[in-house]
Amino acid sequence: MPKAAIVADKLTKWFGEGEARTCAVKEASFEAYWGEMLYIVGPSGSGKTTLLSMISGILRPNSGSVAVDGRDLWSLSDDELADFRLKTIGFVFQDYHLFPRLTTGENVAIPLILQKRSWDEALGAAARCLEVVGLADKAQLPPTKLSGGEQQRVAIARAIVHQPEILVFDEPTASLDGETGRKIVSFVKGHILTAERCIVMVTHDSRIFEYSDRIMGMEDGRITGFERETAYEA
Amino acid sequence: MKQLLILAYRLLVSDKGKYTALLVGTTFSVFLIVQMTSTFAGILTKASATVINVGASIWVMDPAATNTVLSSIPMPDYVLDAVRSIDGVKYAVPLYSGAALVKLRDGTYQPVTVIGLDDASLFGRPELLEGNIDDIFAENGFIVVKDEEFPKLENPKLGMEFELNDHRGVIVGIAKVSTGALYGTPTLYTTYNRAIQYIPSMRFTVSYILVEPKADSDIAYIKEEVARLGYLALTNKEFQSGISNYLKYKTGIGTNTLLMTVISFLVGLSISGQTFYTFIIENLEQFGALKAMGAKGRELVIVILFQAGFTAIVGYGLGIGLSTLLISLAKLRLPEYASRVTYTNLGLAFLLVLVIASASGYAGVRRVLKIEPFDIFRG
Repeated sequence: MPKAAIVADKLTKWFGEGEARTCAVKEASFEAYWGEMLYIVGPSGSGKTTLLSMISGILRPNSGSVAVDGRDLWSLSDDELADFRLKTIGFVFQDYHLFPRLTTGENVAIPLILQKRSWDEALGAAARCLEVVGLADKAQLPPTKLSGGEQQRVAIARAIVHQPEILVFDEPTASLDGETGRKIVSFVKGHILTAERCIVMVTHDSRIFEYSDRIMGMEDGRITGFERETAYEA
Repeated sequence: MKQLLILAYRLLVSDKGKYTALLVGTTFSVFLIVQMTSTFAGILTKASATVINVGASIWVMDPAATNTVLSSIPMPDYVLDAVRSIDGVKYAVPLYSGAALVKLRDGTYQPVTVIGLDDASLFGRPELLEGNIDDIFAENGFIVVKDEEFPKLENPKLGMEFELNDHRGVIVGIAKVSTGALYGTPTLYTTYNRAIQYIPSMRFTVSYILVEPKADSDIAYIKEEVARLGYLALTNKEFQSGISNYLKYKTGIGTNTLLMTVISFLVGLSISGQTFYTFIIENLEQFGALKAMGAKGRELVIVILFQAGFTAIVGYGLGIGLSTLLISLAKLRLPEYASRVTYTNLGLAFLLVLVIASASGYAGVRRVLKIEPFDIFRG
C-alpha cells in the first residue's frame, strides 16, 4: 500500500452568509499518494479549485482537515502556512502569472528568492530547471516573447525549482491547443513526477485524461467517485 | 532580505516606461520644490544684504523700522550717546542708510542706495577691489560696490565723476560684498557725514546705531537698556530674522512660495502616486501569485515600500541635481541670481518626497495586502 501524501478528511467550505451562503465543497474526503498524478475533474462550479486551494494551504476550510505527509495543515499559523507552501508546494496557475518584465530565468528563480537563497544560486537552479523543461536558451528572454506552451513550461520550471514534494496544477491546458496541452502533461508525467512527488491537477480537459493515475470526479461540491481506479485502490 | 530587495529592484526597473514616469514625477516635483524654496531663501538672504555685509553684532533702531534696512526711521543723536554709555558696550557707531539719485552721463537718473559709514572708524566698510579706503575721506569720495547692479552706473572706474542729488561725486574705490542687494539698485559707500550732507533728510539723521558688546553676555543687558530708551536693539541674526519674517508674512511672497511649493508637491504626488498605483495594479496578480507561492504579507510590504522609497531617493537626487544645475547655469549669466540652496530646503524637499513615496506605497500596500492567493486560483 503506497503512503498517502495528502489526506483530506471531510473538507467543507462555504462562501457568504445567510441566504447568500453557498457551499463550494461538502465533506470531501480523499487521499493522494506519493508517485501519483491525481486529476480532479468536474464541471465549472463543482468546487475543484476550492478543494485544490484547501489542500495546498491557500484557503482555510470551514471544517475538516488536511494532512500533508502526516502534518495537519490547518493547525499551522499564517506564517507557518506560508513557509509550508514555499517549501512543500509547487504551483502552476491557469494563467501562469509570470512577471512579464522579468526574464524567464528570473521568473523561475522566484521561489528560491523567496526562500532567501542567493541571487546567483537561484538563477543557477532556474537555469537547470529551464534545461529540464527544454527552455535553456530562453532564460534571458521575457515570458512575453514565448509561446503559450513555452510559458506553461516556464511556469512548471518555476513550480519545481525549489524541489517541492507536492505539485498542484490548476487547469494547466486551458490556454493551450490540444497538441501542446498533451505534450506538456506528457512531459510532466514523464519528467516531473517521481516516486517522492505527488501531483494534483484540476482539469476538465478530457484530452489529457490518459496521463492520469487516478481521476477524481466532483459535482456540486461533492466527490462523486474515482473514474479511473489505479493499482493503489485495488 | 537582500534577495527580496534585489527582486523588488528588478521588478521596478525592468518596467522602464513606468519607472521613467515615476522618476519624472518625483524629479519634477523635487526640482520645483527646491527651485521655489531656494529662490525664496535667496530673496530672504539678499533682503538682509546690508545687515550681513556691515556685520555689526547689534543693531539699534526705531521699534517701527524692522522690516527692511531701507525702511529705517532716523533717530536723534542723543540716542547714540546714550547707547555708548550703556555698560557692556565696547563701541557704538552711527550708520546712515538711504536712497539717492545719480545723474548719468546721458542725462538719465539712476536710483542708488547710499550707505554712510562712521567717519571715525569706517565700521562696516566693504572689501576693496580697487582703490584705497583712505580716499573715502577725499572730497566727494564714494566707493561703489561691484555687483550685478554695477553696470547700471555705466561700469564706473576709479576717478569717474558723477552727480548725486545735485552734488558732485567721485568714485575712489570699487568694492565687493559677500551678499548682493535685493532691490536692484547700485550701492555706494561714503562717510556718514557726507551722506547726511548730500542726501536730504529729516531733523534726525542716524538710521542705525551699530553696537559691539564687550562680551556676548552683555547683549541681554544692552537690549534692556536700549528698550528703556524707547528703541530696539536686535542682534544680527534677530534683525535678519525680522526682515525675513516681514517678507514671509507681510508681503505675499511667502504665501506665493508656499502655494507653489504645495502645488509642486501635489504635481509630484499625483504623477508618482498614480503611476506607482498603476504599476502595482498591473502586477497585482503576480503579487497574488507570490503570496500563493509562500511570500508573507510583510515581505510584499517590504518589496513595495522599497520600490517607492528607491524611486523617491533616486528622484530626489535627480531633482536636486537638476535644480543645482539650473541655478549654477543661471548664476553664470546672473552672478547675483537670488537663489540659495539651504539644508532646510533640501530637508523640506526630502520630507515631501518621503510623503509622496509613503502615499504611493500605502495605496499599493493596501491593494496587495487585500488580494487573496485564492483569487489567483479563481482567476
